[in-house]
Amino acid sequence: MTVSYDNSKTIFEGIKAAGIRSASALPETWLGLLLQRAEDDPDFDLVQVAKEEEAIGIAAGAHFAGTPHVLLMQNHGFLAAINGIVSLAQLYGLPLCMLIAFRGHWGEPYPWHTRGGIVTEEVLRALGIPFEYARDPNQVARQIREAWTFSQSSLSPVALLLTRELMED
Amino acid sequence: MERARCIEMMYPELEEPLVVTIMGAAAQELYNLGHRENFFYLQHAMGLASSVGLGLALHRPAERVIVFDGDGSVMMNLGTFATLARYRPKNLIHIVFDNGSLLSTGGFDSQTTSGITDIAAIARGAGVQEVVSVSDPVAFGEAFVAAMERDDLSVIVAKVSAVGPEVYGMDLQLRENAFRFRRHIQGLDRGVGATP
Ligand SMILES: Cc1ncc(C[n+]2csc(CCOP(=O)(O)OP(=O)(O)O)c2C)c(N)n1
Repeated sequence: MTVSYDNSKTIFEGIKAAGIRSASALPETWLGLLLQRAEDDPDFDLVQVAKEEEAIGIAAGAHFAGTPHVLLMQNHGFLAAINGIVSLAQLYGLPLCMLIAFRGHWGEPYPWHTRGGIVTEEVLRALGIPFEYARDPNQVARQIREAWTFSQSSLSPVALLLTRELMED
Repeated sequence: MERARCIEMMYPELEEPLVVTIMGAAAQELYNLGHRENFFYLQHAMGLASSVGLGLALHRPAERVIVFDGDGSVMMNLGTFATLARYRPKNLIHIVFDNGSLLSTGGFDSQTTSGITDIAAIARGAGVQEVVSVSDPVAFGEAFVAAMERDDLSVIVAKVSAVGPEVYGMDLQLRENAFRFRRHIQGLDRGVGATP
């Protein structure tokens, strides 16, 4: 397995094309190349957190500040951030545009990813978080822009699940 | 030293800074002095006050940002000290009111009750350069003034007694607070005054 260089680039360009210059993130294999780009781009602010729940607070601060911001994490990070999502973002009506590496699903060779992968969609549904799958590199920029737009209009968390199809070559 | 007294001392200086407080007693003590549009009360998600402060400070470098935290709350997000140290926003003051108690939820002992755990040492160990621990009002006032004058991230750990307000209640809905806080910050762009 190798992480897709081209699609990592396409996603990062999609984020920038949506007018977003700021992200908080916690690294994971599929996000590595993407985060490297964000780190190296002088026009982009990347905050790397120690735990994904911090990113929910940072995103709230960015929203108050009026700065477009995305969150990048794997699904286990999303699971680790739930209280912040519920008791900050949803409670106060704050948008979150989350790009989530959807590990532990079809084709997953690593056992440790599987439980998180299997429950991710049901947890998103239980929380009432709208989500969509990003599979096609030709669609992903539009999907990021739409996820962003919808998070802002609904004042709600939304999730774009970055699938194996997109992230691996 | 009582937290309400510390907040009262700071209150005249809180006309312009963006202030984020933890839930419960601290939020109520600030509100009781008179709500301002630049105050945000984080009435639940424990641990995230300093993360909200970091998000504000990084994206609003021209504003002073002040966070009121608690020992119980910050214990849920100790990684925040390392993230603060890593990004070192010069405009952020993180005040941790250590009352050794989970006061707002019934006054249970907290991890710091015994005095064994030292939050200032944790902040220093995480790499924050400007950390002080204070336990009397004069020292608190001096630490606050120094932090306001400093062009660097400051953490103040204030040892306070485990007492809070007698009654709780705000005439401010949570979402209303969020909308108005954001609108206030957007207004700063247009040169609108900081306080109503
Ligand atoms: C995740 C979570 N667990 C438990 C609670 C219940 N709770 C409400 S306030 C509080 C204590 C807060 O303690 P601290 O931050 O020290 O502030 P204090 O109330 O002492 O001023 C707790 C545990 C909660 N709000 N969230």
